[in-house]
Amino acid sequence: MAYSTATRQAFADDIATIKEKGLFKEKRFICSPQAAEIEVEYPEGAACKKVLNFCANNYLGFSSHPGVAEAAHAGLDSRGFGMSSVRFICGTQDIHRELQDNVSTFLGMEDTLLFPSCMDANAGVFEAIMGKGDVIIADRLIHASLIDGIRLCSAEYDTFKHMDMKHLKKKLVLHQDKRRRLIVTDGVFSMDGDLCPLDELCDLADEFDTMVLVDDSHASGFIGKTGRGVHEHFGVMDRIDLITTTFGKALGGASGGCVSGRSELVELCRQKARPYLFSNSLSPVIVSATIKVIELLSSTTELRDRLEANTKRFRDGMTEAGLNIRPGVTPIVPVMLYNAKLANDMARDMYAEGIYVIGFFFPVVPEGQARIRVQLSAAHEDEHIDKCVAAFKKVGEKYGILGLDKKGIIEKYGT
Amino acid sequence: MDDVREAVLEYVIDEYIDEDDDLEVDADTALISSGIVDSFSMVSLKAFLENKYDIRIPDEDATPEAFDTVNSIVRIVEKHSS
Repeated sequence: MAYSTATRQAFADDIATIKEKGLFKEKRFICSPQAAEIEVEYPEGAACKKVLNFCANNYLGFSSHPGVAEAAHAGLDSRGFGMSSVRFICGTQDIHRELQDNVSTFLGMEDTLLFPSCMDANAGVFEAIMGKGDVIIADRLIHASLIDGIRLCSAEYDTFKHMDMKHLKKKLVLHQDKRRRLIVTDGVFSMDGDLCPLDELCDLADEFDTMVLVDDSHASGFIGKTGRGVHEHFGVMDRIDLITTTFGKALGGASGGCVSGRSELVELCRQKARPYLFSNSLSPVIVSATIKVIELLSSTTELRDRLEANTKRFRDGMTEAGLNIRPGVTPIVPVMLYNAKLANDMARDMYAEGIYVIGFFFPVVPEGQARIRVQLSAAHEDEHIDKCVAAFKKVGEKYGILGLDKKGIIEKYGT
Repeated sequence: MDDVREAVLEYVIDEYIDEDDDLEVDADTALISSGIVDSFSMVSLKAFLENKYDIRIPDEDATPEAFDTVNSIVRIVEKHSS
């Protein structure tokens, strides 16, 4: 038997090590559609419990939006369930082209290519456009999928301190001898919810003849006055060369992603990006639903406006209650606790109060930066937000952290 | 090798520590296992060493353990300088 007892034990030991380090991810089952209010089976085997969900990427509430679900049904009826092919053999329908065109228009880009996920888009884009003699210069806190994609590419890479434009400039000077340069950043950073200053970054890119790629997965659909993304927020819609983004968050919440940008760069992805060439075409069901999402977002800013109002209500409430939140404007709100056990304990107590949030700690965030990350949605009602703030206040009081700043919390609990 | 130690420490502080970080780093401070330097940004340090000391550090030697303190980094430089 190839899978011997010793082999099984070795893998079991690996799992035990993960548990010992406190990094084991427990199973949680949702027994309802994804929404502001969900039913959760946790721990495994427990009866389903109704809780308010404050940890989904369901920023605009499209995951179970009736109009989007209806469009998905219509797509299923008119174009079927799957394509049973990669895009370039027989996996491209008219609706794939329509979605690509609509995404290009929405993001203000020249062309768009669909991928099974943004993870795949990020895995494929770098090897398609960058090679030996080139350099990729990335913010140190970019998403893991960008890091994986950069590592799959034969170009040299370097990093700059998180959102530090002076440090980026230093790196651009250092790499002036390279054939091509590409700056890579997230638009909104998923753990801190901070916005990359794309206006300053584009100025540097222009000065040093460097291309710019932005992963706007935590921004597309709601950042900027009409929700186009961080490039709209900073008024640089025509100065970004490539955007990668997902349909698995604000833009529907199912799956799928894309590379959108300069037509030559997108064409090279179409010709060379391995996750595009070697994985199945996006399901017509998702394509139809995402077309509907883009249509809805292009006709009204109602949902992104609602999300903005919800974000303000929550941020104001938490500040008033004395919780230590990271300042910002995005619906990603880190409640800073610095200590991993404290973050875990508070998240558990929040669940008991009917609020579903998760603690994050090293290595997901830097050592000593443990937090509970709260994510707002346009689907949240005012009373949901007020209930969440009240629960944080109650749990925060229990642990004696209300009104404490970073220093105070660390003095009390350590890091 | 004191010169190397000093140069590497200076680079590490300049490259990885923010002004508002409340951190004191010396030659024995854990860099990678403590999260000050992650495996992704370690590439900047490796490139610095290779360019400054005109050496090539093979991937099998560029491990998080070998790069964990300024003193262990100095040993890597010593090994590949000879």
